[in-house]
Amino acid sequence: MKPEDIPDEEVDRRYRQLDEEAETGGYHLNPDTAFTRSLVRGLIVNERRYGYMGCPCRLNTGNKEKDLDIICPCDYRDPDLADFDACYCALYVTEPILTGQKELRPLPERRPPPEERAHLQRPAPARLSLPLPVLRCRVCGYLCARTEPPEICPICRATKERFERFIE
Amino acid sequence: MTVEHVDGDDRGDVLLYALSTCQWCRKTKELLIELGVAFDYIYVDLLEGSELETVFEEVKTYNPRVSFPTLVINGRSIAGFQEEAIREALGN
Ligand code: SF4
Repeated sequence: MKPEDIPDEEVDRRYRQLDEEAETGGYHLNPDTAFTRSLVRGLIVNERRYGYMGCPCRLNTGNKEKDLDIICPCDYRDPDLADFDACYCALYVTEPILTGQKELRPLPERRPPPEERAHLQRPAPARLSLPLPVLRCRVCGYLCARTEPPEICPICRATKERFERFIE
Repeated sequence: MTVEHVDGDDRGDVLLYALSTCQWCRKTKELLIELGVAFDYIYVDLLEGSELETVFEEVKTYNPRVSFPTLVINGRSIAGFQEEAIREALGN
C-alpha cells in the first residue's frame, strides 16, 4: 500500500471530514492544502496498512498497543501545538499559523526513543478516594468522572483506549 | 536492500532514511534534488521483517529517537528537515 494507490476522491472526503472535526474541537488543519492533502493520504495509507490511523511521519509497527501514542491525533499533538504551533507532521497548526502571523517551521521529535516508551504508557493515578474515578484523555486532556471512558472523546475524537485513570 | 538512487553531483555518501507517507521527508528529498546532489534513499515504512530490523538499528546508531527524515551526509547525521544544516553539510 503506497500513497499513490489511494484515489483522490477518498483523500478529499477524508480531508473535509478531518477539517470539520478539527474546527468543531477548536483545532485547525494546516492551510497549505497540498501539504495537508498529502498527509491525509498518508493517514489513509496507514489505516489500510495497519488497521489504525498511525502517524504518517513516524514509523508504525503494526502493533496497535505499541503505537497507541502515535495514532492520529497523537499524544504529542497538543504539547507541540503549545510549544511549536504545529504537530510533528504539521497536519495540525495553531491560529497564528493559520492566519499567517507566524511561519511554520519543522519541529523536533518529542516522542521518547524506543527503550524509554514502555514505562511512559500508564502513570499510576493519584488517590483521593473519590466516589467515581476521574478519567483523562491522553490526547487532549479532557477529564470526566465516570467508571468507563466514552467511546470517543467529545473534544478530540480519540477512541476510548486513549483514556487513562487520572485520579481515583 | 530496497535502496533507491538519484543521480547528481558526487558530494560523498549521502543517504536519506525516509517514510513514504511523511511530508518533511518529501521536502528533504526535494531539497536534495533541487541541490542536484547524488544520493540514495530508503523508504523504511515499505520494508518488512529482517530488512526492517536491520535498517531500524542502523538509523538508531545515527539518531537514537529513530525519527524521520534522518539524513546521513558523509557520516554526519541530520534529524528532521533542517534546510540550513543540510545545505551547509553539502557545502551549498
Ligand atoms: S497529530 Fe500527531 S499523529 Fe497526527 S499527524 Fe500530527 S504528529 Fe502525526
